[in-house]
Amino acid sequence: MVADQFADVREPSPPLIELEQVTKVYRSGKLEVAALRGIDLHVARGEYVAVTGSSGSGKSTLMHIIGCLDVPTSGRYRLAGQDVSALSEAELADVRNRRIGFMFQQFNLLGSMTALRNVELPLVYTGIPRVQRRERALTALERVGLADRVEHRPGELSGGQQQRVALARALVGDPDVLLADEPTGNQDSAAAMEVAQLLESLHVAGKTIVLITHEQDVASFAERTVRVRDGLVVELEASAQ
Amino acid sequence: MTWLETLRTGLESVRVHRLRSALTVLGIAIGIAAVTLTFGLGQGARNRVSSEVKALGTNLLTITPGSSTSKGVRSGFGTGTTLTEVDAQALSDKVVAPDISTVAPIVQSSQVLRWQRTNWTAPVLGTTPAWLKARRRSVSEGRFLDSQDVADHVAVAILGPGVVSQLFSGVDPLGQSIRINNVSMTVIGVLASAGSSATSAAASQDDQVLVPITTAQQRLFPATSLTSILVAARSTSLLSAAYQEADAELLALQGVKDPAEAGFTISSSQSLVATATSVSKTLTTLLDTIAGIALLVGGIGVMNVMLMSVTERIREIGLRKALGATPRLIRRQFLLEAAVLGTIGGALGIVVGIVGTVALPGTVGAPIAVSPLATAGALGAALVIGLLFGVIPASRASRLSPIDALRSD
Repeated sequence: MVADQFADVREPSPPLIELEQVTKVYRSGKLEVAALRGIDLHVARGEYVAVTGSSGSGKSTLMHIIGCLDVPTSGRYRLAGQDVSALSEAELADVRNRRIGFMFQQFNLLGSMTALRNVELPLVYTGIPRVQRRERALTALERVGLADRVEHRPGELSGGQQQRVALARALVGDPDVLLADEPTGNQDSAAAMEVAQLLESLHVAGKTIVLITHEQDVASFAERTVRVRDGLVVELEASAQ
Repeated sequence: MTWLETLRTGLESVRVHRLRSALTVLGIAIGIAAVTLTFGLGQGARNRVSSEVKALGTNLLTITPGSSTSKGVRSGFGTGTTLTEVDAQALSDKVVAPDISTVAPIVQSSQVLRWQRTNWTAPVLGTTPAWLKARRRSVSEGRFLDSQDVADHVAVAILGPGVVSQLFSGVDPLGQSIRINNVSMTVIGVLASAGSSATSAAASQDDQVLVPITTAQQRLFPATSLTSILVAARSTSLLSAAYQEADAELLALQGVKDPAEAGFTISSSQSLVATATSVSKTLTTLLDTIAGIALLVGGIGVMNVMLMSVTERIREIGLRKALGATPRLIRRQFLLEAAVLGTIGGALGIVVGIVGTVALPGTVGAPIAVSPLATAGALGAALVIGLLFGVIPASRASRLSPIDALRSD
């Protein structure tokens, strides 16, 4: 028995993200569209992976499934060892809340709330008391360099600043994985670089990051790039870095 | 996430979407104020009719003499001389007429009243102390007639408040002498007003002078017959029994077998009451319908704002779901938002309604009664409308997959 326990501890930890033969079929009327046709993907804790592919390749669908925003039609998806394919909607909401930090291309900030309230939002659903929520949101905003924009609304911030608010919101709950969907998509190259560097520094600090992008120079920051085409992983390559 | 936290989120949304919140609150408030006011108007009208009916006396019978015929011309009811004090005496008999409580014989004539240099023409009624009870009136100053006044043919008079205001401008009428048909009469009392002076029925009841019947018959306008006999039944339900007793007794006294040849007519205020009641019923139905339409229009307004607000916030719902909100929390948030708006709008509507019921009667001259039931009903309806049309679309949106919701524009 003692030996068994030792064995458990010494075994290498399972990958954080484990996709096995995941498919996703969208149905509209009689038309069936297979967005994913059998994806196998493993992401280890602390890894920085870029997912690239042209539009329509299925990379957004993949991101939605990794983010538990959508469920696979078939195949298995384990997140941190937990099979999430069979969870109820409420359970999925809890998984999204605790394990995943989202960054969207359109930022998706609530325009009527201040940066601070936007960042606080995930913690509201975690059930963190107000005072702590505020503290952690302030810390997160400081970390992305927006300590002086706390009371600004999204409309009063530049695109780069808004994306950093979104990053702060993604980080505030200290999720297992940061999921960034085209985070540099709508920005000029300077702002894009800024975001890319922030992600890089997070990776150095040990965060697991999955980055969906079609920009090669942004993808090149990642340790590993996964290329998706027609719903299949066609290429796995280690970055030049 | 606790209810308190959800309520905070809801309140924040209400505060943040000022225009939308204001429109919703306005819709609910107007609906409830309108319902409160129109119901109140209807209720007020009903109350006024019933109080006027009460002032007429629903247990009263008026017996008038039959017609007189002079030189072949028949003059209609009330002109005959067939009613006398003997009839009145007989009706007061508890054995003959057990359901009659009070009998007041009346001789009446319109006379010019003089006091110093002013004069005024008003009906002068010669009657007995029973009149006060039969008419359910009271005396506000001095006293009413007593049996001694009647027995001794005393020259005293009780004035209605209408007469007092016409003859005596600010002077205390008690103890003053007025002249009726050149007979000097001492004012010993003033009647309390029959009701709010806004109604014509009450005004005519206040514009009369009461004197002892004996004094009237012998000194003011000599006559042996009565103008009418006022008969009060023990209660409204005994009115028809009293009617039959009076009818039978008078027929017997006059020795007439065929009721068609009777020298008298008995009338009651019942038919008048029926008419008044049906008019007020029509009026209230009309007002209630208007109130219902107001509520419906307000409800449709609230519904539209709620539907719009949920539609334009589907992205927000998607984002909240992506960040970890369960469908139940989304529903709860919208439920509380709708409840907050409904409560604020409802409270505002009730305040406006109550202010209206206090302020309006002065300007439109119609009484308004606050009906707590109607107000509560309107508030309940507004809340149900708000909740239903706030929560149903929100509930549907909460079931959308987060990505579909996030993608919607």
